[in-house]
Amino acid sequence: METETIHPHSEIQPSTKMSGPADDELVRLDRVERIYKMGDNVVRALDGVDISIHKGQYWSIIGRSGSGKSTLLNVLGCLDRPTGGTYFLGGTNVNQLDDDALSEIRGQRIGFIFQSFNLIPQLTVLENLEVPLFYQESEPGVAKERAERFADRVGLKDRLHHRPNELSGGQQQRVAIARALMNEPLILLADEATGNLDSKTEKEILTLLDELHQEGMTIIMVTHSDKVADRAGHKLELRDGKVLKITHLDRSPL
Amino acid sequence: MHRGSMIRTIRLGFKSLMLHKLRSALTMLGILFGVSSVIAMLSIGEGASYEAQERIKALGSNNIILESRKPPDQNTQQEQSAWTAQEYGLTYQDAELIADTLPAVKVVIPIREIPKRVRYSETIVPTIVLGTVPGYSEVTGVQLKEGRFLTRIDLQRKRNVAVIGSEIARKLFRLTNPIDKNIRIGKEIFRVIGQLAEPERGNTGKSADRMRQGIFVPLTAAISFFGELIVKTSAGSREMERVQLHRIKVQVLGNEEVLGTGAAIRKIMADQHKKKDFAVIVPLELLRQAEDTKRIFNIVLGSIAGISLLVGGIGIMNVMLATVTERTREIGIRRALGAKQRHIIAQFLVETVVLSCMGGILGILLGITIPAVVEWYSNITTIVSPTFPILAFGISAGVGILFGLYPAWRAAQMDPVEALRHE
Ligand SMILES: Nc1ncnc2c1ncn2[C@@H]1O[C@H](COP(=O)(O)OP(=O)(O)O)[C@@H](O)[C@H]1O
Ligand SMILES: [Mg+2]
Repeated sequence: METETIHPHSEIQPSTKMSGPADDELVRLDRVERIYKMGDNVVRALDGVDISIHKGQYWSIIGRSGSGKSTLLNVLGCLDRPTGGTYFLGGTNVNQLDDDALSEIRGQRIGFIFQSFNLIPQLTVLENLEVPLFYQESEPGVAKERAERFADRVGLKDRLHHRPNELSGGQQQRVAIARALMNEPLILLADEATGNLDSKTEKEILTLLDELHQEGMTIIMVTHSDKVADRAGHKLELRDGKVLKITHLDRSPL
Repeated sequence: MHRGSMIRTIRLGFKSLMLHKLRSALTMLGILFGVSSVIAMLSIGEGASYEAQERIKALGSNNIILESRKPPDQNTQQEQSAWTAQEYGLTYQDAELIADTLPAVKVVIPIREIPKRVRYSETIVPTIVLGTVPGYSEVTGVQLKEGRFLTRIDLQRKRNVAVIGSEIARKLFRLTNPIDKNIRIGKEIFRVIGQLAEPERGNTGKSADRMRQGIFVPLTAAISFFGELIVKTSAGSREMERVQLHRIKVQVLGNEEVLGTGAAIRKIMADQHKKKDFAVIVPLELLRQAEDTKRIFNIVLGSIAGISLLVGGIGIMNVMLATVTERTREIGIRRALGAKQRHIIAQFLVETVVLSCMGGILGILLGITIPAVVEWYSNITTIVSPTFPILAFGISAGVGILFGLYPAWRAAQMDPVEALRHE
């Protein structure tokens, strides 16, 4: 249906050129708005954002503090609902979905990574990893097996029974990445994932993300650092809730 | 939600509760005391009403009892009657009238009570002599330990024979067999023909008391040996009265006739006795009243219990609201990872229900112990019906759900983004 039509802001729309056929389009935002009204005060956190993101791409979203990066990521992750415009995720119009359906999308298709790791403190690493599958009502054995696999993938197999506060920041973020992978998501969303880490650990985490991207994962990463943003193939700059610029760097996948 | 995830949710609830042991324990106390007081009060109440009902049943639910009462307006004549006997109460004629006019009446047992001292060899014991008729034994269900009860011939011939109460027998005779021994009641010699069995320990009713302390003789003999005048000496003062019968026990043919006959007897007696010198007791009526009382008692207890559980429930709710606020971020994380609102509701609700059910179980244990201890240290009867713990457990689970629902709902209503931003 709508996916056939040309994107309105497509002077530099490269997606069809760079990443194959249009049915690979995973994310599509049309004039998306997110407006906060507080009395007379109106904050346009997102003000007519158009994006098209294809499967397997690695995007970074950059902008000053308060430019709407987190808001955009939350909308993309179906945590927040746009107040205007339409959002298609894998061809589904997300605007029309109710809370349960959005939860289901988050649980099945989205992996979140946050700046502050957001592990549940009273649970062990293993239990934290099992949380996403808990809500998918999978068999407990499946969750455990997968948790061990992904803990191994991020190099923390021997920390399964530790609690988050027994781990370093970098290790916690690795756990968070493993947890984001548990439901085998379509997209990985990272909000300033390295914002709380020193530069060495930051590099490790970014390398891990690069590897995941190389394995075919679609990644959207929010950052305020140009250096970090440049690792992604596609860079979207936000200012005051508007798309300032989209840059397609010469590091396309495949 | 299927069973596996229910079990996991319960495990999760336990885990969260164990994280704050003291807080959980204190919260549980509210429910614990609520439930245990419910059970304790119910079982003590049940025991009390059981005892009352047993006592009434011991009077015989087919029986109607008439008693002589000193008329209330007697005080004014007190001085003048210092040496003249006071005359009042039930008469032989009353007994005959009831027996002859009321068709539903099966037996009428007149009883005359005379306080006397009884003596055997060197031992003297105060007693109450009951002049009555052979039917007494069937109507009140007295059991003989030894010998026989009074017979029609004893009555006709005004024989000086006596059936003695269990305690009197023990005091007078100790180890010797009292049968055929001669005892002296007042100045008269009576021959012992029977000894009554000890009534049940818990039975503290009037007839049980007489079965212990009384001496039963033929009514005719009581009149001819001891006369119509009864002299009571108490604390230095002498009181004389002329009472023909102290009690009349009426046995009615069928249970359904009791209330009607009771009313008829009241009417006859009111006609016969212008001064109110009698009382009519219908055990069946008392039984009904006892049941009504119990119902009211249960309502009052239920309200008290309800209030204490309400307080416990509010305590739980308070703690859960604090917990929800404290764990706002966790809620946000879970929502981001795919938890639906009902998952969040289930998580917190299960926590509350686990908390209140554990409180409930401990409360049941305490609630069963209290009546046992009460019974051990006093001779109050308590009855723990198996329905009480079930009821109490159901209530505590209900309280958990009721008071957990709002905090859980609050948790589920949180905006995921807001929750994630919470410090
Ligand atoms: N719940 C909210 N209520 C009102 N304004 C908000 C709310 N959340 C975000 N905003 C505003 O929206 C704008 C974008 O916020 P955000 O997306 O968090 O920015 P960034 O992540 O780029 O720093 C900011 O001006 C912020 O103040
Ligand atoms: Mg932000």
